[in-house]
Amino acid sequence: MSEPLLRVQDLAAWYGETQSLQRIDLEVHTGEVVCLLGRNGAGKTTTLRAIMGLLARCQGRITIGGQSALGLVPEKVARLGVAYCPEERGIFASLSVEENLLLPPVLAPGGLSVDEIYELFPNLLSRRASGGSKLSGGEQQMLAIARILRTGAKLLLLDEPTEGLAPVIVEAIGRTITQLQARGFTILMVEQNFRFASRLADRFYVIDEGCVVESGDRHVLANDTARIESLLGV
Amino acid sequence: MNLFDIPPAAIVGQLMVGLINGSFYALLSLGLAIIFGLLHIVNFAHGAQYMLGAFIAWAMLEYLGLGYWWALLIVPLVTACLGMLIERTMLRRLHGLDPVYALLLTFGMALLLEGAFRLKFGATGQPYASPLEGGIRLPFAYLPAYRVWVIAASLVICLTTWWFVERTRFGAYLRAAHENPQLVRTFGIRVPLLLTLTYGLGVGLAGLGGVMAAPIYQVNPLMGSNLIVVVFAVVVIGGMGSIIGAIAAGFGLGVVEGLTRLLAPDYAGIVVFIVMLLVLAFKPAGLFGRGDL
Amino acid sequence: MPATRPLAIGLLLVAVLALVAAPFLAYPVFLMKLLCWALLAASLNLLVGHVGLLSFGHAMFFGSAAYVTAHAVKVWSLDPVLAVMAGSASAAFIGLVGGLLAIRRMGTAFSMITLAIAQLVYFIALRSPFTGGEDGIQDVPRGRLLGLLPLDSDLTMYYVVLVAVCFGFWLIYRTVHSPFGHVLAAIRDSEPRAISLGYRVNQYKLTAYVLSASLAGLAGALKALVFQIATLTDVSWTTSGEALLMVIVGGVNTLAGPLVGAIVVVAMQNYFASFAEVVLMLQGLVFIVVVLVFRRGVVGEWKAWRQRRQAQASGAAT
Repeated sequence: MSEPLLRVQDLAAWYGETQSLQRIDLEVHTGEVVCLLGRNGAGKTTTLRAIMGLLARCQGRITIGGQSALGLVPEKVARLGVAYCPEERGIFASLSVEENLLLPPVLAPGGLSVDEIYELFPNLLSRRASGGSKLSGGEQQMLAIARILRTGAKLLLLDEPTEGLAPVIVEAIGRTITQLQARGFTILMVEQNFRFASRLADRFYVIDEGCVVESGDRHVLANDTARIESLLGV
Repeated sequence: MNLFDIPPAAIVGQLMVGLINGSFYALLSLGLAIIFGLLHIVNFAHGAQYMLGAFIAWAMLEYLGLGYWWALLIVPLVTACLGMLIERTMLRRLHGLDPVYALLLTFGMALLLEGAFRLKFGATGQPYASPLEGGIRLPFAYLPAYRVWVIAASLVICLTTWWFVERTRFGAYLRAAHENPQLVRTFGIRVPLLLTLTYGLGVGLAGLGGVMAAPIYQVNPLMGSNLIVVVFAVVVIGGMGSIIGAIAAGFGLGVVEGLTRLLAPDYAGIVVFIVMLLVLAFKPAGLFGRGDL
Repeated sequence: MPATRPLAIGLLLVAVLALVAAPFLAYPVFLMKLLCWALLAASLNLLVGHVGLLSFGHAMFFGSAAYVTAHAVKVWSLDPVLAVMAGSASAAFIGLVGGLLAIRRMGTAFSMITLAIAQLVYFIALRSPFTGGEDGIQDVPRGRLLGLLPLDSDLTMYYVVLVAVCFGFWLIYRTVHSPFGHVLAAIRDSEPRAISLGYRVNQYKLTAYVLSASLAGLAGALKALVFQIATLTDVSWTTSGEALLMVIVGGVNTLAGPLVGAIVVVAMQNYFASFAEVVLMLQGLVFIVVVLVFRRGVVGEWKAWRQRRQAQASGAAT
């Protein structure tokens, strides 16, 4: 097996005095879609934030593309080819849709061009001049994903891309992720929506109370559904 | 052709004075608004940095023989670099803390600067020759050339700065970093550097104001502190952190002050504060404020 | 922390004895200046440290009370007690009006508004005939306390001021440790949370602001009697700035901090009395250094040091 694009070993993390991650070990290989599953507050979002360099206090090892990334500031992690789409989407209200889209600078070659992005997300094209705050939830999610595709990042961290969205939009996002994978992006995704995850994920990890308690590939997800679901408290 | 029994020459005269004062109110409020908008700190040293700009211009003429037009170019760069140094070495340490500390730091810097210059130069002013002689002779008034230049230049600088923040990519970085600095960092944008540059920009604007003020007001150590409290009131009226608010309120209040000096001279000194109280009573966030500040 | 109670009481007794004996060791006027400033600083500290509101214009309370008291004793020949109360009440009134306008805004906006209102007060003081403009109100007689006790002697005046200032400090102490004070602390720590718990946050803040204003006014009223003069400096932003310096140097949100801060700043003023510009520079430097390095102030640092020692001692014992 080739060297993974992302490798996390022995990751522990704190928010102030509270230890949020006890020990996280995971790997993501180039071209995969990997899902982090788990209950609320298990530490899934914290894991993504730690990878992105957004946590003040971390221990362990994070390697991205062979380079050590633990303790780097977010700007430097981004330059290792990582992009982050947060749970709250972070669409800037004081910027228009197009300004939001063009905000992240191109850090490396290989990203999508603006035209390609509008091809993938045609409804953003028609809304390009609107203020960022005027979009619906689904449109905001599309925009949040769209804008990180230009940067040249190869590894996308998506935090709950389908949260609070209508089933039709969820379908659309699912198709988008499949298309992105086909274009060569690697995706590490946090998801609460088990059905959604099980259709898209090549592999998964279940996180509970700051630890990885279960992992496997899509066959395990398909065959052992009931047991995995029970781990999620569903 | 008198209005309210006031000769038109006097009206135009006071309007000019009002627009001149307004130019400086606008320039300085603009710098404060930019700094506050991104760094969330009130730059109490702004008046002192304006005074510093005027003194550097004077020193350039006195010791290097370099006149106004050189000063206009060099002084803002010098003050901007100074500002960036201050941000990098001192303000950055206070970054995660309550903004009160940064406010107190800049207040301390203001005291230090003003004390130092007062020690060296006393309270009297140093003269600075006007670079533009002559003026425009209108049928009922005479407009001194330099004052026209100041008003025009201030307007251009303000509008350019507005365009820069609202319409350029860099300005988009500033506006986005104001909303969500952490997320902007994940895009690979060096937000700490952005903060340094922004403070430098604000201080550069203050220094520029100082150069332009030198030929009009005397270059003296108290010129900053005399101006800064009125400027704070202007910023509150315009809406803290609002660029349009700073420009509109700055020029507007200059004119209001000028008219007050004409019609009710005893109140000219406090009319800005009265307007501020009225605005606060009815629109606490300021005329263009967004209420989230 | 049972070990500190006897220590605290002991320190308090020592302090009281020292204060009572002090005028025999140092100039009473200097001590009274110290006490008045300490009360001003304490009133500001209540707002800054305990409620989390940075008021930049406290001089408006100090100075306007000084003017009112001076006028009351000199022109209306009021009893000093009434005059002082009048001064404090007028400061409270300004606090109410200013507070109604400023309290609605949070954080920095609040500070700016208090500064601007203070400037307005300054301008009014500058132009109003009542205040005597640049000359101020001079030759203020001290009068007879309750019509009985002549206050002309500095020694007598000292004890009166001491009692009044101690009353002020006691009031602050009681406020901080009351249920009202606990709500204020909750508001400082997290205003949204206090709101969600159902507290009428703005009312609490306004009450604290008016209380702080009255105490600052008390300090100013006393000062007018002590120095027998009320001037523009009392309402200027330099006075506000110095009060703030005392609070920061002494240690925000400590009871002894304002006193320590007052001692430091007044000593600095006295030492460099003939070089006003040097004082300004020093004050600026102290602000910068304290904010960067000694954020907890003298008393705060001392408390932290003691806590560390206690932790070490108890750690070593186990």
